[in-house]
Amino acid sequence: MRFSSEEILQTINMVSRENFDIRTVTLGVNLSDCSSPKEDELCGNISEKLHKTAKNLVPEAQKLERKYGIPIVNKRVSITPISTVMASAVAKSDVAQGAKIALKVAKTLDSTAGELGIDLIGGYSAMVHSGLSHSDEVLLESLPKVFSQTSRVCGSLNVGNSQVGINLDAINSAAQKVKEIAEATKSQKGFGAAKFVVMCNAPEGIPFMAGAFHGYGGAETTINVGISGPGVVKNAVASLNDGADATEVSETIKKITFKITRAGELVGKELASKLGTTLGAVDLSLAPTDKTSDSVAEILEAIGVECAGAHGTTATLYLLTNAVKTGGAMATSRVGGYSGAFIPVSEDSRMNAAVKDGSLSVDKLEAMTSVCSVGLDMIAIPGTTPWQTIAGVMADEMAIGVMNNKCTGVRLIPVPGGKEGDDVDFGGLFGKATIIRMSKRSSSKFVTRGGRIPAPLHSIRN
Amino acid sequence: MAKELAVVTAFGKDSTGLVAGVTRVLAENNVNIEDLGQTIMQDMFAMMLLVDISNSKCDFETLQKRLATEGKKLGLQVLIQHKDIFEYMHRV
Repeated sequence: MRFSSEEILQTINMVSRENFDIRTVTLGVNLSDCSSPKEDELCGNISEKLHKTAKNLVPEAQKLERKYGIPIVNKRVSITPISTVMASAVAKSDVAQGAKIALKVAKTLDSTAGELGIDLIGGYSAMVHSGLSHSDEVLLESLPKVFSQTSRVCGSLNVGNSQVGINLDAINSAAQKVKEIAEATKSQKGFGAAKFVVMCNAPEGIPFMAGAFHGYGGAETTINVGISGPGVVKNAVASLNDGADATEVSETIKKITFKITRAGELVGKELASKLGTTLGAVDLSLAPTDKTSDSVAEILEAIGVECAGAHGTTATLYLLTNAVKTGGAMATSRVGGYSGAFIPVSEDSRMNAAVKDGSLSVDKLEAMTSVCSVGLDMIAIPGTTPWQTIAGVMADEMAIGVMNNKCTGVRLIPVPGGKEGDDVDFGGLFGKATIIRMSKRSSSKFVTRGGRIPAPLHSIRN
Repeated sequence: MAKELAVVTAFGKDSTGLVAGVTRVLAENNVNIEDLGQTIMQDMFAMMLLVDISNSKCDFETLQKRLATEGKKLGLQVLIQHKDIFEYMHRV
């Protein structure tokens, strides 16, 4: 037999017992040619282009699911940062008027995504690391209505990078908007804020939401793939005997990551070919869900910390992510996107359990982002948290990212009326979260200085 | 015509006629068996076949449904997956 029965069984068990799946295939679409000074023409162009390029995404992905027996959970679309696309349409309006036009654009994205059978569309975004243009201001102004009046639109703001530093003005605006978005989605416990992420060094080729966007360096379209294999990795580690040393643990993770990434490579390449485009990136991140045995925190426990948050957590996460990258890099021709550790607290049941019993604090989560994690993600915070504190959190994360030449992101959900320790159920697939403790000390004098924090010295490389 | 290979797997409680039932569906659809392995472990039947679907009378998804239907009659889970997934995962 060309393949051993162990190999065949391993693949089948990964899917049937270990929750292995392709988390998302995301079609990136260039919308820069849709620009128009007339808002109706802009919206029409966007709808037409998305229908033209993405109409076969869902059916072709479904065929591949059946061909290979690997579920592809989400089929999504990402677009050119919308701020650029709508710039000429809002050029002659003031910010308030422009925000109404922006909302129309968002609703077009929302309804078109629905028509295409896509659950989320990312790229309601702007690059503001060096400053805010008029359309960037318009985008910011529109955010609370956009995230409360649409269901599928996701967006992001890139507020810093290692070449220019950190735009504190943009952080302050974003932090205020996060609170407004949460207030505008009070009926969903502030969940609108889960559709918006603030990042630095944002990479092109992210397949996951909310950070996905089609980069300016991209072609007309591209396919980016995100895989989900925490359960597979956890079982591989758990089946080692207790005598296995750190190197052996790392090697085991490398080998299994190779295999799961290969599935992403195969599916991504073939889907791209079927859609007449090319594979952009395979994101190596292990993406958890709140299902049992689909948790990154469980892997850390299998490696040996009692729970996420215990001393040693940063080191085990470093071991895990480094091994994932090493094994995954061999498996694909195109590593991209975040390719880091995902710690979305509300989407990882064991991570949230550690927050709930006080083992895992926001400070420890921040420490983890310094080595390998992508950011402070899907964290429920008290509804009364001042925007200045949220800005302080964002500034901290951006400092870690900009200093270390990596992407970091912040996605906090201020729960209106929620207090520290409250359990929040966002409903359905969005998971549950326990509201985490935030420092009560003020960040205000610092963040309200505004301006730009300069780039790190080591960015002067030429 | 070049071969196009797929892997068929069948699992379930052992009884008489399981190999015959699954292979009959393949033969009826002109799918040639290249390799076959079967074992019983603690009353559980497990079979893996490498098959050539290049001359199949029906498309892949129809074959998948026909195998699943036969499997249901026999009390088996029957899957068919294109060989590339195994090739990609288990070979460098």
